[in-house]
Amino acid sequence: MAQQSGKLLSYEQKDTWIDRLSGVTKLVFFLVWSITSMISYDTRVLAVMLILSVLILKGSKTEWCQVGKVFKLILVFLCINIIAIFIFSPYQGTSIYGTKTVLLPLALGHDLTVEQLFYEMNIVMKYMTVVPAVFMFIVATNPSEFAASLNKIGVSYYAGYSVSIALRYIPDVQDNYVKIRNAQEARGIEMSSKASLMDRIRNTSAIIFPLIFSSMDRIDVVSNAMELRGFGKLKKRTWYMGRPLKRNDYLVLVFTVIFCTAALVITFRNGSRFYNPFA
Amino acid sequence: MEPIIEFKDFSFKYRAQTEDTLKHISLKIYPGEKVLIIGPSGSGKSTLAHAINGLVPFAFPGKIQGNYSVNGLSPAELGIFGLGKMVGTVLQDTDGQFIGLTVAEDIAFAMENDRVAQDEMVRRVDAAAEMVSVQDLKHRSPRELSGGQKQRVSMAGVMVDEVPILLFDEPLANLDPATGKSAIDLIDQIHRKREATILIIEHRLEDALYRDVDRIILIADGQIAADMKPNELLCTDLLVRNGIREPLYISALRHAGCSLQPETHPQHIESMDLTAYREKVKDWFDQVKLPVRKPDAAPELEVKGLSYSYIPGIPVLEDINFTIHKGEMISIVGKNGAGKSTLSSLICGFMRPDQGMIRLAGQDIADWSVKERGERIGLVMQSPGQMISKPMIYDEVALGLTVRGVPEAEVKRRVLEALRTCGLYQMRNWPVSALSFGQKKRVTIASILVMQPEIMILDEPTAGQDYRHYTEIMEFIRKINEESGITIIMITHDMHLMLEYTDRAIVIADGHLLADDSPANVLTDEVISDKAFLKKTSLYDLAHKCGIEDASAFAERFIYYEKMHPVTME
Repeated sequence: MAQQSGKLLSYEQKDTWIDRLSGVTKLVFFLVWSITSMISYDTRVLAVMLILSVLILKGSKTEWCQVGKVFKLILVFLCINIIAIFIFSPYQGTSIYGTKTVLLPLALGHDLTVEQLFYEMNIVMKYMTVVPAVFMFIVATNPSEFAASLNKIGVSYYAGYSVSIALRYIPDVQDNYVKIRNAQEARGIEMSSKASLMDRIRNTSAIIFPLIFSSMDRIDVVSNAMELRGFGKLKKRTWYMGRPLKRNDYLVLVFTVIFCTAALVITFRNGSRFYNPFA
Repeated sequence: MEPIIEFKDFSFKYRAQTEDTLKHISLKIYPGEKVLIIGPSGSGKSTLAHAINGLVPFAFPGKIQGNYSVNGLSPAELGIFGLGKMVGTVLQDTDGQFIGLTVAEDIAFAMENDRVAQDEMVRRVDAAAEMVSVQDLKHRSPRELSGGQKQRVSMAGVMVDEVPILLFDEPLANLDPATGKSAIDLIDQIHRKREATILIIEHRLEDALYRDVDRIILIADGQIAADMKPNELLCTDLLVRNGIREPLYISALRHAGCSLQPETHPQHIESMDLTAYREKVKDWFDQVKLPVRKPDAAPELEVKGLSYSYIPGIPVLEDINFTIHKGEMISIVGKNGAGKSTLSSLICGFMRPDQGMIRLAGQDIADWSVKERGERIGLVMQSPGQMISKPMIYDEVALGLTVRGVPEAEVKRRVLEALRTCGLYQMRNWPVSALSFGQKKRVTIASILVMQPEIMILDEPTAGQDYRHYTEIMEFIRKINEESGITIIMITHDMHLMLEYTDRAIVIADGHLLADDSPANVLTDEVISDKAFLKKTSLYDLAHKCGIEDASAFAERFIYYEKMHPVTME
């Protein structure tokens, strides 16, 4: 089988400094970075984080085909989100920043204010700082190493390994699904768009049950195979793919902690999570 | 010398069962021995293997009577993990036991669980990978490997530990004949290099005997029916009586009226002394008269210039041409990944060809939907579990008709008829779960027959079945072919199946049609067999060693003779 490259949201080995970082580092960075960006509404902080996020994504050499579709989907949700905010609370910006500068008077008490625009821009910036971090984490973390990382930060290796096993068998289940669907379609159970939605929902059982039963058989084999090779014997285990923390890992971790602490200090210095240019 | 494995009057009963699966087993296996354990499905041979590796009683609980020891220690004290340090098991499901995301991780799995340090793991993985020649595949994912490669990885995975006993559970089950041959060869090499004790569980005797074994233990009905040297066992009628297929050349020699002697070394046809048998075989060959071949009926399925590629520029199938006539029973053969499944997917309409045409009874079916094709060309999947979606037999068989809106009275008439044909009429109101594997297979065949298709495609109809069940399924398929005149296409890499049950074999190798010929011709042609990852039949060697030039005719007469004189199993 040919090597499939550029698959959506899947790990691909790339020779970058980010790829070489340990999974622990990437996980910690991803978590701390996202939390900071979620807490802070300080536009100056968000602007710096946004620039750094884009640089990091660039540095990981993530390709458009790996994340493009998902990015578009996120943009759609983002648009829905900001429109919804405007519809349901058009004066959120005003109540936060304490001033009301009408830019465009609209009917029914829905005036477009500069404050509202500024507030919603902060939300867009938050999305845009978190999204690249998510992408970087998913696309540049070796899934095998991920289980090892989770274990290192204290998560039980059973949990880590179940993630790993899921990643291992999801493609097999997908293949099996296609096979079963095809065979059932040949028997007349229509799953294509030709059938009505109700029929399709009803017909799903003809595929789901065989799929579940054949997957259950598989689970038996896998758990026996794991047990025969000593899985669960000791309280701890080592990891073939585990990477020890190196100098760069420590640098990134130290930077992450300092940066995010500073970001939060700056954010909260004026007593609220918001930076107010209107005051 | 002390035995490394010893059973003394050992019996085992699974918790859910009323009868003992193993009854009073007494057995000694010595260090460094290579033992083949054979027996039909349900004989208890797997249970015996599981008792050695600890799945019995630790994963499959039940009641043990008598004594047994592994490496001088009691399994009850060792537990499954303790046994794991002494017995390395390679399971038959090459895919299911591949746990790691990559080859290297899978090989390292047992060491990870033992808390072996990382640098040592890397070193030992490299050594084990080299032993089974997968060192270049270390970073591949299981999806990028063939069945044979996955099996090699599993072997490496158990050999990273210095286990004194290696247990191979049906190592041939999922492999094509040529890959199976190299697996047996690899096990032999490991035996020599590691000086380990090797246990091979199989029911495919001829393939398993490709390399020498010290002893064969035949298990039947939970007991040891034979514990002999291969040369001795092959001269008895114990194998046939217990539902194990003898090597084909042994059967042929018996048909010719030869009384086999252990001194002639019947274990390998290549080195067997045939002096005493030669004339008898020749006489027999001259005596058997083949019936005149029926002329071809009208073409039913015509495939013309068919090409397909998943990735542009890399064709999976290229310019495939063949014609299948009405009422024929043919096989499509070739190694895994050769394009056999793609071909059946194109015929059923799951995928559209890049080029070429498929005609059914003279009509181009390019515009037909999957559903429309399904009414005329039925597909039976390899495993019944992939098809059965209703809890009751009747409903499952009726499914194809009810979704098509056929009136209820007609549904009933046709379902009952199909159930009768498939010998399931008595069980029509049973739940599917009460059936055996073979019966479930028949339910899936009935659920296709009920639509009265002109062609039925069966994907690996006998995969994983022992001789008895294989014969049962295949005789049944032959019967419906003869009685209803339905055209049957079987996708397989089982050489016995193609040789014994099909009139013609279409051989696909690397996306090309390599041969379209009688199975006897295909399997006595070294070049074609090699390219298609098949294995030349041992009948070829027998014919040649007896001075019969036309090995293909010999094979054909053998098959015809067997059809006329079916063996009876106990």
